[in-house]
Amino acid sequence: MSTKKNNPETIALHGGDYRSDPTTTSVAVPLYRTTSYQFNNTDHAANLFALKEFGNIYTRIMNPTNDVLEKRVAALEGGLASVTVGSGQAASTFAIMNVCQSGDNFISSTDLYGGTVNLFTHTLKKLGIECRYADPADPKNFEKLIDEKTRCFYAETLPNPYLRVFPIKEVSDIGRKHNIPLIMDNTAAPVICKPIEHGAAVVVHSLTKFIGGHGTVIGGCLVDGGNFDWTADPKRQPLFNEPDMSYGGAKWGEVVPQLTGANVSFAVRARVVLLRDLGAPLAPDNAWGIIQGLETAPLRMKQHCSNADKVVDFLKKHKNVARVIYPTLHKGEIAARSKKYLKGGNGALVGIELKGGVEAGKKFIEALKMFYHVANIGDARSLAIHPATTTHSQLTEEELLAAGVTPGYVRLSIGIEHPDDIIADLDQALTESSKTKLKAVS
Amino acid sequence: MSDKKKTTNPNTYKFDTLSLHAGYQPHKNAGSRQVPIYQTTSYLFDDVDHAAALFNLERGGHIYSRISNPTVGVLEERVASLEGGTAALATSSGMSAIFLTVMTLCEAGDHLVVSSQLYGGTVNLFRLTLPKFGIKCTFVKPRDTEGFKKAIQKNTKGIFGELVGNPGNEIMNMPEIAKIAHDAGIPLMVDATYQTPYLCKPFEHGADIVIHSLTKWMAGHGSSMAGILVEGGKFDWMQNDKFPTMTKPYEGYHGLSFAEEFGPTAFTMKARAEGMRDFGPCLSPQNAWNVLQGIETLSVRMKKHCSNAEEMVKYLLDHKSVAWVSHPSVPDHPDHELAKKLLPNGRGSMIAFGIKGGKDAGVAFINNVKLASHLANVGDTRTLVIHPASGTHSQMDEATLKFAGLSHDMIRLSVGIEDINDIKNDFEIGFRAAIKPRLVSNQ
Amino acid sequence: MKFKVNNEEVYASTGGRPFDKNKPLIIFVHGSGLTHMTWVLQTRYFAFHGYSVLALDMPGHGLSGGKSLKSIEDMADWIKAVIDAVDYKEASLVGHSQGCLVTIECTSRYPDKIKTLSLMGGAGAIPMNPELLSLAENNDPKAVDLMMDWAHGPAGHFGGHPVPGLYHINTGGMLAKSRTIKDTLGVDFRACDNYKNGFEAAKKIKIPTLSILATDDKMCPVKEGKKLADLIEGSKVDIIDNCGHMMLLEEADRVLKVLKKFITTNYPSKFK
Repeated sequence: MSTKKNNPETIALHGGDYRSDPTTTSVAVPLYRTTSYQFNNTDHAANLFALKEFGNIYTRIMNPTNDVLEKRVAALEGGLASVTVGSGQAASTFAIMNVCQSGDNFISSTDLYGGTVNLFTHTLKKLGIECRYADPADPKNFEKLIDEKTRCFYAETLPNPYLRVFPIKEVSDIGRKHNIPLIMDNTAAPVICKPIEHGAAVVVHSLTKFIGGHGTVIGGCLVDGGNFDWTADPKRQPLFNEPDMSYGGAKWGEVVPQLTGANVSFAVRARVVLLRDLGAPLAPDNAWGIIQGLETAPLRMKQHCSNADKVVDFLKKHKNVARVIYPTLHKGEIAARSKKYLKGGNGALVGIELKGGVEAGKKFIEALKMFYHVANIGDARSLAIHPATTTHSQLTEEELLAAGVTPGYVRLSIGIEHPDDIIADLDQALTESSKTKLKAVS
Repeated sequence: MSDKKKTTNPNTYKFDTLSLHAGYQPHKNAGSRQVPIYQTTSYLFDDVDHAAALFNLERGGHIYSRISNPTVGVLEERVASLEGGTAALATSSGMSAIFLTVMTLCEAGDHLVVSSQLYGGTVNLFRLTLPKFGIKCTFVKPRDTEGFKKAIQKNTKGIFGELVGNPGNEIMNMPEIAKIAHDAGIPLMVDATYQTPYLCKPFEHGADIVIHSLTKWMAGHGSSMAGILVEGGKFDWMQNDKFPTMTKPYEGYHGLSFAEEFGPTAFTMKARAEGMRDFGPCLSPQNAWNVLQGIETLSVRMKKHCSNAEEMVKYLLDHKSVAWVSHPSVPDHPDHELAKKLLPNGRGSMIAFGIKGGKDAGVAFINNVKLASHLANVGDTRTLVIHPASGTHSQMDEATLKFAGLSHDMIRLSVGIEDINDIKNDFEIGFRAAIKPRLVSNQ
Repeated sequence: MKFKVNNEEVYASTGGRPFDKNKPLIIFVHGSGLTHMTWVLQTRYFAFHGYSVLALDMPGHGLSGGKSLKSIEDMADWIKAVIDAVDYKEASLVGHSQGCLVTIECTSRYPDKIKTLSLMGGAGAIPMNPELLSLAENNDPKAVDLMMDWAHGPAGHFGGHPVPGLYHINTGGMLAKSRTIKDTLGVDFRACDNYKNGFEAAKKIKIPTLSILATDDKMCPVKEGKKLADLIEGSKVDIIDNCGHMMLLEEADRVLKVLKKFITTNYPSKFK
């Protein structure tokens, strides 16, 4: 079925070209738990390996179950193609390694998930790839850091801990002036934001989070917006304009549009070069699990957002809370961005600064009865974590402060339980967090 | 000690037992005899201290299934036990296991010495993709033992090879190459996918890191992708200053030195804490479970793979349509003697043979066999065949084919565990079609 | 970190945190032929929670210089020399197996230096199986394989390390094979076999003492451990089931839990 209408509820169930299984007419997506695919004959094999014809070769590179998920997520994001990988981290890694090589640099927003900071600051550096950080408060900060070796921009739509919505169009416009693509991590804001519509060239997701929703599988994907000209400035994007000797000297920026009739060079290269050489495929079982989650993602996002709104209203009035962090609570330009880019809700992530610092943070977490204390976001269940002692504990103190993590800061991912139950649990934990232990006076 | 046993032989469990039991204790898992599938992303922390302890590597445990998972953990321990290693890290494919190994060892500016006879995907990684990230490689022919020594440079961080090269069945002299590596103060990494620990335990011959694509013989069923890297635990990272990321304080973890803190498991700890955390090629618990099912029957399968392969070698050697046969069990194979030493339990189930009539005969053979599957995999329980000159390597000219150790008449055969007569009968159909290729339609 | 004791270089792990002379000191003493690494799942916790930690490599072991000490008494004196060398007045001791003999002897000799004593898989005497002793003294790697077999309980033989992906029988074996076996394990086993003063030393101990024993410990069985504990005034005993002699690897978390409670109660730190 063609999904001309842009309604996420329908895309989540029908997006892409899967209607039913051609052999059995099964409506549910079959789980192809196989590694390899029988070739019809030697010509078929030769054509597949030479990329003269697209088809299944080996599950490390493609799988029919994953294909359904890939097309559906691409449709949801308004992109042309997508590639699934084993985790959101693998998606971030691939996004950068697909455009950068040793000696190159890229410019990332300072508002970033801690795991991505480690990847960018420490690990990619070892491969000779430099990450330059720009404060997204002013989009011009990105332009200032560009040099002739800059290959892409990278940012998150709705990043912890400040929850400042990223100025997608503003930064994308700067990038396009210089033929630099903007890669958006849209993990925290599927359905409510579509970065490709605002000019992002590539969207990455940790599918583990809101799209899966169930917290049962790890997965990630890269969505190719099909809206970026990789050949416009060959010097800017050498990996798409220089011959690749592993495919008979193919220039990805030219050969992919010729072969497929679509501008999906980014997705194809990530698949046939990076998945081929670096591995990191998504297991078909996990793809299937995510397809189930995706079916209800638009409905869940509505509930996540409306619950979060209620939680924010409650927290703002609470005497033990020093500050509530939420996209709409910023001022001026930053608050305007949430109106501009978020539609149908402002996300499930809420930050709070507790009066009473690190001790109050610890007590609060330990007093929660329904919220889960886990290192995740985007589960259907409500989750909480105290970053200073957990997710961000590998960072140095300067890095911590630079990442906006203060001692009393607690990160909440509001679930889809009944809002009254969520608020009741927060209320009792906030009361507990302010109680001081009776100590003998010494 | 107060033990009164008279025996001087340790009673630790043997291979066949470990392949069913290692890494799993029912009393810690609700008494469940079979390994549970922990299909979860996250793990509840006891309290804030527990969470911090896990993030600081103060305590063992699970944080997030990208980094570790209990079902995947059973697989890791099981493979480590079968290899005689100290630790293991499972990945979502064999290629990502190689990539994580290289990334744990090297950074931009480093160099590796690599055997030239490798699986095509691995060749692409070393020849074209790693150089883009500043890691250069020198290729040496697997039988050129001295060549490995000559290729070592100041910035060389390791030697990598497949024990039995693909597709020519050339065997690298692992004990001697290990000595060359160790004399230079660098580790030897061996991809032993084609052998499995049932045929060869590379740690016993000097290897330091063993890599598997578990997708192949280890799982056997061809249903799941998986890879693993296993650490031998003998290599001394602190003997020289070649491995600062192993021995010097690591900024990503409060100045932790992996070699000092974790010694014989330092490599795996770093591969998990850095490589897996940041690059993220994690294995799904479901796939780990599927591979565990395969490993339960590893011994019995490998016996049958090897006996079927030796039968097929005899059959092919006697066949009038066959020009040549390459398998280490053939007495005039150049590595026949070395194979006896390194592969005492069997010579593996990969056979290459030349079909009389060249490329056309090869195409006809492949397009007419009915039982053997024509696909891009090896090590399935089912018999697989491929004709590289017309399939995987069809873009190559004669000279390039030769460099890759291929020829137009070569058929690569991964012998399965079907009844041997059914495989032979199927091959007869293929050979008959190959004699008169023009009369047989191409599908 | 590295420092000098009796002019020989000594290596000790500080548990992943810088050594801070203001914090109370805990010294971990490993068993026969092993190294500081056996303690990795106990030391890091204390180092991150208010203590200074030294998980020693005994002389001639692991990354330390010098030659292996030939008697438990020499090792006891050497531990005291370590405390002096790092400029501390006092410390808490934690020992495993042979390390228990060493720490008992040390505590009885220097009662004012030692604040608490924690014994894991300890006994008052550890007489050696003659075949095992002779294998070790003859540098036969089978000595290590036998020790690892006997030192792990039935459950431990199948792994189950709390750190995902680690297989502890082989890890322990690799530690014991990291230096020349006869110079480490051989010398240690002979020292254990010769040592006869354990029960007498125990009677003199007046500080808080904890014994952690394991039901499947064949090397220092629960019965032997209790016999020793009974001689130490007010000592606490904790027994771990489904576990063998290598309890610090086999049941690292449970050992840490008991140890944590004992040390933080009897030897509190004002640091976090």
